[in-house]
Amino acid sequence: MKVIMIGGGKTLYFLCRNFSSKGYKVVIINRERNECEELARKLSALVICGDGSHVEILEEAGARSANALLAITPNDQDNLIICQLASHKFGIPRVIALANDPDNAEVFEKLGVSAFSLTQIVSSLIEQRASLEQITNLLPVGEGRVNVTEIVLNLDSPVAGKQLKDITLPENSLIAVVIRDNKPIVPRGASDLQVADKIVLITLPENHGQVLKMITGENNRSNLG
Amino acid sequence: MISRYILIVGCGRLGSHLANQLSRAGNAVVVIDIDESRFSKLSPEFSGFRIEGDATQIAVLQSAKIKQADALIATAHEDNVNMMVSQVAKKIFGVPKVLARIFDPKHEEILSRLGIETICPTAAAASMFLHAIDTEHTSEKEAKT
Repeated sequence: MKVIMIGGGKTLYFLCRNFSSKGYKVVIINRERNECEELARKLSALVICGDGSHVEILEEAGARSANALLAITPNDQDNLIICQLASHKFGIPRVIALANDPDNAEVFEKLGVSAFSLTQIVSSLIEQRASLEQITNLLPVGEGRVNVTEIVLNLDSPVAGKQLKDITLPENSLIAVVIRDNKPIVPRGASDLQVADKIVLITLPENHGQVLKMITGENNRSNLG
Repeated sequence: MISRYILIVGCGRLGSHLANQLSRAGNAVVVIDIDESRFSKLSPEFSGFRIEGDATQIAVLQSAKIKQADALIATAHEDNVNMMVSQVAKKIFGVPKVLARIFDPKHEEILSRLGIETICPTAAAASMFLHAIDTEHTSEKEAKT
């Protein structure tokens, strides 16, 4: 596995160490001569000093034989163009761009480049941690229009002990799977929910909060009676 | 001439020149530059708007009402900025006419593959020089004969 990384800073340094320890061959491209020298001293990677959005530099980094490329410079325009060159001109199969501006993550995807935003990742992690410990947001599906959430039912849950047919969930929400003793069950109306069940819930952003409250009973006991 | 709504990204020598001329010709012009001091290149007759901001941020383009633009000209001094902004204008906001100034001919190739019109100053100047030399040459020849 050969990975080309463009950028600098601690993120690149630790990613490179991580990849090298997995046995990947890493090539780094950085514009600053001083930083290049430092990286070359500390890491076992090949370091090339130059502009990663120049075809010649990518060529020198061996873009033709690379399996993946990661553009994580602080400039979104550079990350986008580097990735477009990498996939269109060199045919690198996996190219990923860092979107410094979180809005650009969507922009890059629309322009055909896979992107991630640290801001989005960190803020969603914080939101998850800050919300109830029993709830894990698994993944947003359909460009974030559908949420898949995993919840462990505890003693406070108003739905524990009830049959599914007696639980009226809001429209466009669904208890898709119940995992009991590590066994997944696709529940039907007569199935019941028990304390310590792990349920996989499908919701929309509009009804997500409402459904969570119905399932966990947290923060909303007065409404649930 | 019909008045059009034109966005110009970058207020350097080329951007400000274009902005002044297009504004004088009666177009509604908005100029975006990350450095406010560059707006001093705009002539007193320039009647358009100036937006200080980074055009690689969607929010800045939206504040310039990019959706309503008839044309966008990207003349920032960095090729990568022009390449990104022109793609965003064309592919995301559907601006009908998008032109990008690109210095590196190798970048030009990628953009034209993505369906963006580019102007490379080096190539443009070279072809004008060549044309001038050719016409001079032939007119001299014609004079001799």
